[in-house]
Amino acid sequence: MNYTNLTKIALNALRRNKVRAFLTMLGIIIGVASVIAMLAIGEGSKRSIQDQVSSMGTNMLFVMPGSQERGGVQMGNTSAKSLTLEDIQTIRKECPSIIMVSPEVRGSGQVIFGSENAPTTIYGVDEDYLGIKKISVATGRMFTDREIKSYAKVCLVGKTVIKNIFGSDTYDPIGQTIRFKNIPIKIIGVLSEKGQNTFGQDQDDIIIAPYSTVQKRILAITHIQSILASATSEDKASQAYDEMESALRQSHKLKEGDDNDFTIRSQSELIKTFSSISDVLTILLGAIAGISLLVGGIGIMNIMYVSVTERIREIGLRMSVGGRGKDILMQFLMESVMLSVIGGIIGILLGIGAAKLVGSLMSWPVYIQSKAVILSFVVCTFIGIFFGWYPARKAANLDPIDALRYE
Amino acid sequence: MGKKIIEVRNLRKDFHVGEVTVHALRGINLDIEEGDFVAIMGTSGSGKSTMLNILGCLDKPTSGSYILDGVAMADLNKNQLARLRNQKLGFVFQSYNLLARTTALENVELPLYYNQNIKAKERRELAIHALESVGLADRMHHTPNQLSGGQQQRVAIARSLVNDPVVILADEATGNLDTRTSYEVMSLFQELNEKGKTIVFVTHEPDIARFTKRNIVCRDGHIIREQEVKDFASALAMLAEIPVNNSFE
Repeated sequence: MNYTNLTKIALNALRRNKVRAFLTMLGIIIGVASVIAMLAIGEGSKRSIQDQVSSMGTNMLFVMPGSQERGGVQMGNTSAKSLTLEDIQTIRKECPSIIMVSPEVRGSGQVIFGSENAPTTIYGVDEDYLGIKKISVATGRMFTDREIKSYAKVCLVGKTVIKNIFGSDTYDPIGQTIRFKNIPIKIIGVLSEKGQNTFGQDQDDIIIAPYSTVQKRILAITHIQSILASATSEDKASQAYDEMESALRQSHKLKEGDDNDFTIRSQSELIKTFSSISDVLTILLGAIAGISLLVGGIGIMNIMYVSVTERIREIGLRMSVGGRGKDILMQFLMESVMLSVIGGIIGILLGIGAAKLVGSLMSWPVYIQSKAVILSFVVCTFIGIFFGWYPARKAANLDPIDALRYE
Repeated sequence: MGKKIIEVRNLRKDFHVGEVTVHALRGINLDIEEGDFVAIMGTSGSGKSTMLNILGCLDKPTSGSYILDGVAMADLNKNQLARLRNQKLGFVFQSYNLLARTTALENVELPLYYNQNIKAKERRELAIHALESVGLADRMHHTPNQLSGGQQQRVAIARSLVNDPVVILADEATGNLDTRTSYEVMSLFQELNEKGKTIVFVTHEPDIARFTKRNIVCRDGHIIREQEVKDFASALAMLAEIPVNNSFE
């Protein structure tokens, strides 16, 4: 018996029990739809995290003072004062894979203009900082090396700061003098808008100023709090990491066997961490959805048993007019595959629809992978064969005489 | 008479039910030639159904030989038996065994689905022809629940004819029908027989058996009597004698 005929017979059988066929498919429909939707949501969030993290600069390396662990004791790594401006010089000299490097010192406090004030963070950096962080200057200019050397009281501000203290983010604040911790600082530039980062932090709520100014006039410290650097390219990131580690060990005069008194983080490492978190999430969601698919498969098996039992006489008749065991097996297998595949197709469409709906209603990032769609389709066919096999086998092994006389 | 269609020699069939062995057939010898119309008669448990199952290649004998149209069935496996049933045999059952919610035409087409050599177009043509030959050309697209018992049985007969079998095996084919409809069905069988079809008809009703050419009586697994029907009755003529029951009108 050829496949055209088998398909026709299977479809006819399903058509005779439309409601039952639909209810049986419902298990598969819900299973597949949830797999598709869950994977779309999982993949969407993974991709959006990756995009956001790499928008912060994929080649970025970040050095914090202090080791994660020393002698088995976890250290607070912001308290250490191990990073200095000399480290920056060493990195500039010793690391060919690093193209840009900037110190960073931070101070939090109120920024004041006239009668308005707002809490914000001031970052003391050098000229390379904008290039490393992929921030551009919207209007005005960046401070110069000369201004760094002379502890100039100049700064660039983000849009949120402008909005908070000038009342509107379209206001042009260049030339105005604001005060931060009672130090008057002149605004010489405005940073272009960056929005929120992965952690929900507003990246426009910043003031950047020469590191020298922040170190001396605001924080009154001589060390630096962290170092930001950028590798020449993304594939050089790990090489840059190694170069930076040995340069800093040398600069800190660490002997072999000593633990690092600093920690280097790279952006690609961060991406990996986030990806693995959302991968776990995706697997979890997928597994839950997969279980409902399994339940759907059991539903098919159940209905196929019923279908075989109520058609025992039909099976007997088919055998008596020349149907072989194989023909009967294929007939019922085709029926269960049809059930699961049709259910699967409806489920895929429904899942895509649901993912898009969730995406637009809750403004979640969703991404439908063709991989997931193909996988669902294959899994459905497999479920049809797997769960249809035993009932079909039962039908094929019937004795034609008993089957014909079955009441 | 023509060539031998069925040749049965010393056929035995035992059933094992628990520790008891039931001898359903105890050495049957039977020859059926082309164009014959045989009634196999007997009470319940006489072995007539077992014999029909073996003649129909649905069951294998314990011992003895059975040659159907030159093919010895003892040598065949399950799949080969299925093929033999598909190409050489036609079955008519007491309870019609039509597929529900399936048109008469599709029911008649059924055996041809299991024959790889017959294409869709030919299958349809053969089925239409078979339905015409049982006088149901106008009921082709009716489903069994839209047909009377007699019509359903005629669809079943058309199904048994569609593959042009060497012999039609009918198992109590009139058992579910009233007298008048039984006679109609028997007259159809007689008509087919006149056109040359070989028919083996299992029944326990002597009334029906007299429409066949030869009666074989079974008892306890033996053939106890075998006789030609001398006053071979025409079902059509008998039908005319039955008064139509108008008492409800």
